Amino acid sequence: MSDTPMIDQLETGPWPSFIKDIKRMAAKNAMCKDLLGLLEMSYKDKKTHWKHGGIVGVRGYGGGIIGRYSDSPEKFPNVSHFHTVRVNQPSAWFYNTGALRYLCDLWEKHGSGLTNLHGSTGDFIMLGTTTDHLEDIFTDLSEHGWDLGGSGSDVRTPSCCNGMARCEFACYDTMNLCYDLTNEYQDELHRPAFPYKFKFKMSGCPNDCVASIARSDCSIIGTWRDDIQQDNAAITEYAKGGKVDIANDVVAKCPTGCMSWDGSKLSIDNKNCNRCMHCINVMPKALRPGKDKGAMILLGAKAPIVQGALLSSVLVPFIKMEPPYEEFKDLIRRIWEFWDEHGENRERIGEMIVRIGKGNFVEEVGLEPTPAMIKEPRSNPYIFYEEYFDEE
Amino acid sequence: MAAPKRKTDIGPPHYEQMLHPMVKKNYGKWKYHEKVKPGVLMHVSETGDKLYTIRAASSRLVSIEKIRDYCNLADKYCDGYLRFTSRNNVEFMTDKEANIQPIIDELAKMGQPVGGTGNSISNIVHTQGWVHCHSSATDASGVVKATMDELIDYFTSMTLPAHLRIAVACCLNMCGAVHCSDIAILGIHRTPPTIDNDKLANMCEIPSTVASCPKAAIRPKVVAGKKTVEVVEDLCMYCGNCYTVCPAMPIANPLNDGISIWVGGKVSNSRTAPMFSKLAIPYLPNNPPRWPEVTSAVKNIVETYAKDAKKYERVGEWIGRIGWQKFFEKTGLEFTKYHIDDYTLASSTYNSSTHVKF
Repeated sequence: MSDTPMIDQLETGPWPSFIKDIKRMAAKNAMCKDLLGLLEMSYKDKKTHWKHGGIVGVRGYGGGIIGRYSDSPEKFPNVSHFHTVRVNQPSAWFYNTGALRYLCDLWEKHGSGLTNLHGSTGDFIMLGTTTDHLEDIFTDLSEHGWDLGGSGSDVRTPSCCNGMARCEFACYDTMNLCYDLTNEYQDELHRPAFPYKFKFKMSGCPNDCVASIARSDCSIIGTWRDDIQQDNAAITEYAKGGKVDIANDVVAKCPTGCMSWDGSKLSIDNKNCNRCMHCINVMPKALRPGKDKGAMILLGAKAPIVQGALLSSVLVPFIKMEPPYEEFKDLIRRIWEFWDEHGENRERIGEMIVRIGKGNFVEEVGLEPTPAMIKEPRSNPYIFYEEYFDEE
Repeated sequence: MAAPKRKTDIGPPHYEQMLHPMVKKNYGKWKYHEKVKPGVLMHVSETGDKLYTIRAASSRLVSIEKIRDYCNLADKYCDGYLRFTSRNNVEFMTDKEANIQPIIDELAKMGQPVGGTGNSISNIVHTQGWVHCHSSATDASGVVKATMDELIDYFTSMTLPAHLRIAVACCLNMCGAVHCSDIAILGIHRTPPTIDNDKLANMCEIPSTVASCPKAAIRPKVVAGKKTVEVVEDLCMYCGNCYTVCPAMPIANPLNDGISIWVGGKVSNSRTAPMFSKLAIPYLPNNPPRWPEVTSAVKNIVETYAKDAKKYERVGEWIGRIGWQKFFEKTGLEFTKYHIDDYTLASSTYNSSTHVKF
């Protein structure tokens, strides 16, 4: 009988099986064999058998490696130490096979041979090695042009959508900005010195394929200021072919009611369009974002711990996003200076903004308040007035 | 022996080295795209060039052997280039239409279904679970495998009213940021950590253990002459951060850990603004290896939505139209006191109107 009867049941079925993959690796790697045993034990006990661990890392870096130890070293000695290496992925997860094969060979030599493609933040995750391999892994990586990603209270590895490489909706060059910011902030990425983590995510349009508005402290989402580019011949083609019911599927779904269709002509009141992307998504051949493109900067998203989950909210409604991105970096510098000074330990920037008030924050980082920053003005009368008249 | 060359702060390789020549040539010039069939996209450039993308499922936790299989396929048909998506699918891009079917066939042989485009259920974004995490309340990869085995037909077709995005996080720290998904499967601890008073002082540093608690629920204490800590149980929200710094405070509790289900979140701005997922089912048991209670609950929600939603309505938009009363009625899910928020600003979730359906 198999040693792992429970997890064996995850080898069947149409979806790719991670158990099959671990077993394939276990044929030549003792760590993987013990990992299967440990996992089977979790399935039987209905609990994890991992402990977090002490600080591990490479010389000169404070992040990039996550220590991991099992609670059953006697039973499964080969995974008693099983650390994670976060390798900074290339923009938008494009690879050539030479690059991937290099990472595979390195990981075959120094670790379990198991990976996550990719981690939640975006890194190429190497899953499971021991402390004595870490310096060798890092030296080899850096000789081959790779570097570690972030962990702890630092800039986490930035990530982006595929942008202009393979999408007609991209309103700025997400992959270039991702590469540029990652390099600009190498020190902040490798040496944790912030109150808490800080994530950048870049999406080329409001469809937000990297979920930046939900998952990053600083969400950079492409948008445009002028009119949607309209190709009337292509609209006719969509309508005639019966491919799209323009009245129902496009006009009736427009959230601002800024479109009308008379059976042959589509009219858009662009001044009232809120750039939601629905009509463009439905008819990509006929409608495209405008030509005056840039990005919106939103701040503050995070998962629940501690004060509850937050979505990012608008800080800068429109900014041109072209290299060398000086205006944007200048804003980030002001934001970090303020957060450094006022952020509490383990307080994400979104939580700090809620604590001190968005109006105060906007003022402190040198921006003007605008209605685009809020859903609605306050309904409570507890206004902290800062100016008073005195009797002459 | 010469010291090895060791460079720091060089950042990732430049993305240009990673781009197929046709991608590089048409960078920023793409004009439109079409969904040729489930899992196959065609991007057309202003230059007239056409790029075909074949998207395949992946288990995210992949071995280097599997990655090498991907590389062999990319070398054979895609000039040595490939990419991965934000939902952990793998994509093969080719400028030759004739390559589409052979790529699909070879992926089928490898056990990688093709799909995840358009109005489908794409890959489930997920976390480490019991495979590699200390604070997990459930496994992640196993739950994903069991769920997608059930929902595979929605991955390989585009028949739903709109995109449906599922995510799994194995505890409420949410490395998987599931809080804005159409359906979120969330592992939950329901009991405070236990404290090993005998070992704590030897294994853990007490000040950093106290500081690790986001709710300040941990206090130093002396028990039978030994330095240890206590947890104010009313304040604990079962996040497991203390266990991260102190192994003598395990949070896992096999009797009580389980899974909760959340619905109606989205991140896209299309039509409606991004939304959080809201509680649908407060607790389902951990039932490995295939979590039948979880997969049937998810399937029920998917099927009720698929039948009832209008074209282009995401789950949250559908519920927005029919109302939560109807959501619970149509799905047959039990509504309990746990569904009524009692955290900060809970009152904003109360119904302060006479809008009720009978």
